[in-house]
Amino acid sequence: MPTSTRNSVFWRGTIDAAPFLLVVGPFAILFGIVATEAGLRVLETMAFSVLVIGGASQFAAVSLMAEDAPTLIVLATALTVNLRMAMYSASMVPYLGAAPLWKRALVSYILLDQSYAVSILKFEKEPKMTVNERLLYFCGTMVLVAPLWYVFTWVGAVVGSQIPPEYAIDFALPITFIAMVAPMLRTPAHIITAFVSVVGSLVLSVLPAGTGLLVAGVLAMIAGAQTELWMERRQKQKGVAE
Amino acid sequence: MNYSLANIWLIIVLLGAGTYLIRFSFLGLLGGVQLPEWVLRHLRYTPVALIPGLVAPLVIWPAATGGETDPARLIAAVVTILVGYFTKSLVPAILAGGASLYLALYLL
Repeated sequence: MPTSTRNSVFWRGTIDAAPFLLVVGPFAILFGIVATEAGLRVLETMAFSVLVIGGASQFAAVSLMAEDAPTLIVLATALTVNLRMAMYSASMVPYLGAAPLWKRALVSYILLDQSYAVSILKFEKEPKMTVNERLLYFCGTMVLVAPLWYVFTWVGAVVGSQIPPEYAIDFALPITFIAMVAPMLRTPAHIITAFVSVVGSLVLSVLPAGTGLLVAGVLAMIAGAQTELWMERRQKQKGVAE
Repeated sequence: MNYSLANIWLIIVLLGAGTYLIRFSFLGLLGGVQLPEWVLRHLRYTPVALIPGLVAPLVIWPAATGGETDPARLIAAVVTILVGYFTKSLVPAILAGGASLYLALYLL
């Protein structure tokens, strides 16, 4: 493949992922603020963003750490938030599975919501892409987003520790979380999942820090899956009746 | 936060390693394994199953007011939900939530 084509595939990925830059910057700043607010130093806040590189799970971990939840509960909750990435990993196999192991190992680090969403669209639309082109495109989607995530985490962490309490910055975390979830409520199944999660965690908040949330989360997942099944069955029955 | 520094690093490193393994799982190790339908069906809902439950107590019993329910914070939460739900995007929801929080704190 000539260098010019290689470059253009790579930068195509960068351009297609560019809209996410607008989201990632403010989101990273908020993480920096929330983490330092919870009591982390700048160094540990940065380590979160570099080693984990998963927004929602980082917020989840830090908010549980602010309540001094047990280490195991922090890990279990934050990792459960990231379980969806196993789904991304599985769905990338037909497209990137033929690449050498070390390349698959490298791109796994940047397999996250944004790179997945942009790339899967492209790969499905253009089935003739070679494995190498797909790898280039995939890396292209993250070449700006990932560094931006680190840099703005640092900005937030440095700024955050200087914000006085009357600015109600404690509420940056709930607002960010709600803003993340509200657009996900696309179907009745998602709405029911969210509802069970809220009610469950409030009712079970008497349990030791974080355990109620995990139980509520599992119940909510089951509720979502069951609603989906129920709706599919209803759809089918309708189809038969017509 | 009352963790030792070592404990904080333990959490960060294990969370990083665990998250990496989740990402690497199928692409790196289990290439040929097909996830059963029922597992996929539950995985689809993990973020929506956990995040609302995480946030609900923070909204109803904010630590900043000593656990007392605070109308300004409730209003901000509702505005964020509505804007996020109808615009389907993150940044307008965050901005609207923040603006309504400050407005409510100022007015109430």
